[in-house]
Amino acid sequence: MSGIIMPQPDSTILARAAQIVAALREVLPEDTVISDGNETRAYECDALTAYRCPPLAVVLPRSTAEVAAAMRVCSDMGVPVVPRGAGTSLAGGALPTADCVVIGTARLRDVLEIDTDNRFMRVQTGVTNLSVSEVLAPHGFFYAPDPSSQLACTIAGNIAMNSGGAHCLKYGVTTNNLMGATVVLTSGEIVEFGGPQAGAAGLDLLGLLCGSEGQLGIVTEAVLRILPRPEGARPVLIGFDSAEVAGECVARIIRSGVLPVAIEYMDEPCLRAVENFAKAGYPDCPAVLIVEVEGSPDEIAVQIAHIREIADALNPVEFRESRNADDALAIWKGRKSAFGAMGRLGDYICLDGTVPVGQLPHTLRRIGELSKEHGLEVANVFHAGDGNMHPLILFNANEPGQLERAEAFGADILRLCVEVGGCLTGEHGVGIEKRDLMTAQYDPDDLAIQMEVKDVFDPAWLLNPAKVFPLESSARYRQRAAE
Amino acid sequence: MTTIIDQLAPADEAELSEILTAASGDRQPLRILGGGTRTETAHIAGTPLDVSAISGVVTYEPGEMTLIARAGTPLPEIEAMLEAEGQSLAFEPPDLRGVLGGRGIPTIGGAIAANASGPRRIRTGACRDHLLGLRFVDGPGRILRNGGRVMKNVTGLDLSRLLCGSHGTLGVLTEVAIKTLPHAQARATLGFHGIDELRALGIFSKALATPYEVSGAAFLDGTAWLRIEGLPPQVEYRQQRLLEMFGAHDIQTLDGAATRELWRGLRDVAHFAGDLPLWRILVKPTDAAAIVARLHDLGGQVSLDWGGGLIWYCGPGEASSLRQIAPHATLVRRGGVPGPAFPPEAPAITRLSQELRRRFDPAGILNPGLMDS
Repeated sequence: MSGIIMPQPDSTILARAAQIVAALREVLPEDTVISDGNETRAYECDALTAYRCPPLAVVLPRSTAEVAAAMRVCSDMGVPVVPRGAGTSLAGGALPTADCVVIGTARLRDVLEIDTDNRFMRVQTGVTNLSVSEVLAPHGFFYAPDPSSQLACTIAGNIAMNSGGAHCLKYGVTTNNLMGATVVLTSGEIVEFGGPQAGAAGLDLLGLLCGSEGQLGIVTEAVLRILPRPEGARPVLIGFDSAEVAGECVARIIRSGVLPVAIEYMDEPCLRAVENFAKAGYPDCPAVLIVEVEGSPDEIAVQIAHIREIADALNPVEFRESRNADDALAIWKGRKSAFGAMGRLGDYICLDGTVPVGQLPHTLRRIGELSKEHGLEVANVFHAGDGNMHPLILFNANEPGQLERAEAFGADILRLCVEVGGCLTGEHGVGIEKRDLMTAQYDPDDLAIQMEVKDVFDPAWLLNPAKVFPLESSARYRQRAAE
Repeated sequence: MTTIIDQLAPADEAELSEILTAASGDRQPLRILGGGTRTETAHIAGTPLDVSAISGVVTYEPGEMTLIARAGTPLPEIEAMLEAEGQSLAFEPPDLRGVLGGRGIPTIGGAIAANASGPRRIRTGACRDHLLGLRFVDGPGRILRNGGRVMKNVTGLDLSRLLCGSHGTLGVLTEVAIKTLPHAQARATLGFHGIDELRALGIFSKALATPYEVSGAAFLDGTAWLRIEGLPPQVEYRQQRLLEMFGAHDIQTLDGAATRELWRGLRDVAHFAGDLPLWRILVKPTDAAAIVARLHDLGGQVSLDWGGGLIWYCGPGEASSLRQIAPHATLVRRGGVPGPAFPPEAPAITRLSQELRRRFDPAGILNPGLMDS
């Protein structure tokens, strides 16, 4: 077992397991409650697979009312609840505990309303991110946040983690594209935050909810802002012989007044892995940028001419334009297969710190040095336009001690991100993974006020209780809640 | 109550913290003043707390699209600084001095505290969407931080969004980090004259469903206005396409300078200066037509922004009638209208909001009653 510790399960809850399951069955349809050990095992982890623990039971409701009924039972019986979307969290956000009930959104899959006149849609939150954009396509609209797990991840999880994606440089992240939410509170009460009208006059509880990692409530329905699809999009690929120059190019593009939809960065170890895996035909150089712009063919040409002028002044190794859709696909091919390519090299931990864009070159250099100190390889592939880095630390899970070393290396990188003015996580969330690093970014009072906010929504600390806040910091609140 | 103080004016965050600690101890209510432009706080019974001295830009990095400034920094100072680098605050904070009769100079902290968002909200989002992080002092005087200075940050609970638009009732802002954006190199406006709100809303829905990135959609005095922005060839192209789409006849086009002028006025609701009550009403755009019709029945005038999602109503309508017609109506200028300025909320929302306020401000000293709770 590795570094991150979860509290001991509450033995009094485990002793009441049969009663808890019976109480859930009493208020929910027969097939909604899963308690068989073989079946609950499917929910023992999310994408942070090093940590596993089957829950006491899993509930898969079909409606907000059923979520509320399940929540009320758990609340009445004092049972922790772990909300779960598709289980794609890289931070352990959906990791169960032995004494918890998982409430999953897997069956909340209806698209309830598409309103292009008012530019919103209403969905049940178990729909996948990709399916939302697919259902919008015939209307000429799309939903902007596009995390790389979009094939599997749900809107519920996107809201919980305030997910981003490659295109958020232009369109923002989930919180900028979420207009309303139907929320089940721990009491089982159902409330609406926001709605199809633009904003609300009172406190921005919707903004507070978004990214709260299942600490405040379970979102069962969401009103999403939808956007007309651009006429077209085209990437260019720019190769540089140093990370510094690539970083400078990013800053100059941003300053110039052209706002690309995406600026992606890949370093040499990543490029090598991608080339072996996907044969994308990327140039052999230390740093590659993929810059995507949108618009009509003429508009795209104008923007690319701008970007070429900026890049040319920095002597790129290569500036590759896409003349057609196939070229565009080829440019994206390597980037999109980067995580798969890295996976072939062995096990990896994917980090998610953000740094100010101007600190990218320095941060990359320091990560290189740390890599030597820890004796583990690291590759970088990330959203450069907003400084959201994804260092991938390679290790061998079968070799004892390597996971711990990789985690220690990761923690050093994240502390570095904070030191240079950035943060621990740009889009993956804290979960359990970065829980104990929170003190690197926030002072005790900064964490205390956040925990007091959780206390307002979840006075018994039943929702995802041992996550986000360092165990030591939250102990007082959790103990008081238990009394 | 023995303390008799006319006005508190901390020079920095540390002094502010001391003042708040003492005021919390004495349960002495405070009325927070930034630039002093918002007269709607005048009715709050509290000692004025002037935070305009906590001022000055901390850092501005155009290549990172990031500005960090102390809360009392005057908006015009920030706008000039950004302008020199070809950037701006994309959320176009309105200057409501003309409407509210306030003097003073608007501050960045005031804009954030009010979540003040202009016409471009339909395109680039509200003020709160441009906020990266902040420092603030809570009721008991704790100096607190949330968020940061980077574009993407999901570390811990997002109190930045919660504080934005909380009108100083959760804490006194001392420093804000905001995202700046390159401002458009070119802009133009299309004007559709001699139409009513219903037709205007039809034009808005149609235009906002195009990929032409319409960045303003407002209606005033029988004219619907659409703004487009971008690189010069982009604006030319978009204008052409929109003209074709709507059938070019009778559409007035405005150049860049006229566009700036027009939208500044629309942003500041300059057309509704005066003394009558002024209401800001949030609706689903397609509901606007029916609501506007009923507002006209009450007498007074109406203008639209945000593609119909924002209705400004300036007129003599009673608060109770207004709230019946439009539940999300906020009274921006009282004009003698008594009662709550903010719209009523669902009981659960009210309960959560009040409980949150108790955590941030246990003694209830920060702008008490400003948000009617």
